[in-house]
Amino acid sequence: MEFESLWAFKETWGLIFLFLLLVAAFVYAVLPGNKDKFDEAANMPLREDDDNG
Amino acid sequence: MENTSTMTLEKMIMSLFLVVATLLTAYAGLNALDNIFGVSMFIMATAFALGVAAIVTGKFEDTDTEYYNYSVVKAGVIASVIWGIVGFTAGDYIAWELAFPALNLDLQWTSFGRLRPLHTSAVIFAFGGNVLISTSFYVVQRTSRARLIGSVTPWFVFWGYNLFIVLAALGYVFGVTQSKEYAEPEWYVDIWLTIVWVMYLVVFLGTLMKRKEPHIYVANWFYLAFIITVAMLHIVNNAAVPVSFFGSKSYIAWSGVQDAMIQWWYGHNAVGFFLTAGFLAIMYYFVPKRAGRPVYSYRLSIIHFWSVIFIYIWAGPHHLHYTALPDWTQTLGMAFSIMLWMPSWGGMINGLMTLSGAWDKLRTDPVIRMLVVSVAFYGMSTFEGPLMAIKAVNSLSHYTDWTIGHVHSGALGWNGFVSFGALYCMVPWLWGKKEVYSLALVSMHFWIATIGILLYITSMWVSGIMQGLMWRAYDNLGFLEYSFIETVEAMHPFYVIRAIGGLMFLIGALIMAYNLWMTVKVGEEATETSMQPAIAPVAAE
Repeated sequence: MEFESLWAFKETWGLIFLFLLLVAAFVYAVLPGNKDKFDEAANMPLREDDDNG
Repeated sequence: MENTSTMTLEKMIMSLFLVVATLLTAYAGLNALDNIFGVSMFIMATAFALGVAAIVTGKFEDTDTEYYNYSVVKAGVIASVIWGIVGFTAGDYIAWELAFPALNLDLQWTSFGRLRPLHTSAVIFAFGGNVLISTSFYVVQRTSRARLIGSVTPWFVFWGYNLFIVLAALGYVFGVTQSKEYAEPEWYVDIWLTIVWVMYLVVFLGTLMKRKEPHIYVANWFYLAFIITVAMLHIVNNAAVPVSFFGSKSYIAWSGVQDAMIQWWYGHNAVGFFLTAGFLAIMYYFVPKRAGRPVYSYRLSIIHFWSVIFIYIWAGPHHLHYTALPDWTQTLGMAFSIMLWMPSWGGMINGLMTLSGAWDKLRTDPVIRMLVVSVAFYGMSTFEGPLMAIKAVNSLSHYTDWTIGHVHSGALGWNGFVSFGALYCMVPWLWGKKEVYSLALVSMHFWIATIGILLYITSMWVSGIMQGLMWRAYDNLGFLEYSFIETVEAMHPFYVIRAIGGLMFLIGALIMAYNLWMTVKVGEEATETSMQPAIAPVAAE
């Protein structure tokens, strides 16, 4: 494979891939179905006391 | 309890590695071509030999009595405080040197050029690094409900990292440098740090893998990003060919503008992943913990994390505006820097709003005040940064003291205060005390340091913008209005104000050191109902 074609491949598909990955992360963050999971995770540092005390 | 046998597999492998390393460094030291390389090799050989002796004589046995490994965290806390004071003192001394150059004593070892990297490495890598290692070892255990893996390996990370700092500092003072900003240490120190850092990743990941919680708490994501990215940056930027395996001098593998770009890809992401991602991990654990409330929005924290990861890595070219770097690369760096406003404000809102419904704590608890002000400084300096990355602004600000002011609003205000806040939280928790020795002294530290920071950054704003304007002033015949030395003379009063601000910050840190010392010595013992019990229940293994 020529350097130029490799360069063109990563400039286009690399960009699209990384952008879609970021969008996927954002979608994961805002999906309503994840609420319980996130609430539980958010309380983790506080909950450790109750369990240990 | 595990690790009750005197010689585990881990200890055997570690001892073997240290014996080989002792022999190699001793051999290199005996054949050294220059003094500093020889001294460094003998320091390393001595440290490795002491490590073997400590393992063989069972020095690491007594740490196995509690569920969590707190002793290595405590060591990191002590090292943080000591290195902090060393680094702040070095910084303030060179600030006075700039105002009164005779203070360099006309000696090469105390000149600005030698002490400046000593200061930056002492505050970023020695103070900041020890804060990050100790808090990450604390947080990953607590939020994973799992003990750090290994008994010797966490200690290897702690002592190995501090050995790296000693070797680096020795080189700076005696003029051994590869002339890369924030990556000054020569090849032999770089290789040692790489080994230590990989072991740090192993301990952190291994502890996460045996966690008893279903989720990996967001603070751990930030710590993990910090550890992995710093490893990548360090290895690529420091790729070098030593002139000899028995001397300190090496040549960097990169050349020309590619070297400049790799250096600032490293340099800016050291800011992004060492000083931002790592300390955001501290924020995401200690702010909710101290406020007694969960983080404002866990969803926002995920968006915050991934936008830092995807955007920060591209921002480096803004350090090379109007240089030989291609224009499109400069513009790309500028565009991605501006996009960084997104995680900047996302993170600040998330940190500050965690306090919503508990704002009264700002008045009653000076520790939470320190943490909240650190988040405010995070928001302010990460707003200022993208602004300065805009080419038109950069043409005025670059190479002036404005940059120094910007860096210190982030370093003193954000990294410093969030670290102090974490230390004030952790010392009572680790040593089983109810609270720090004196909240009044925390408050005093807060005000002295805050006023110090304000003196620092406001004087540097004025001085930097003045300097930039003087450099670009032309007279009506098209000649430069001012000679360089006239700009230096004009900056003198601001240099004095800056040095006073730095001195106040240092005094604040000394008050903290006294307060933490007294907490450990005479602090009231924690009762069972205190907020963070020191002893956790025995694991069900």
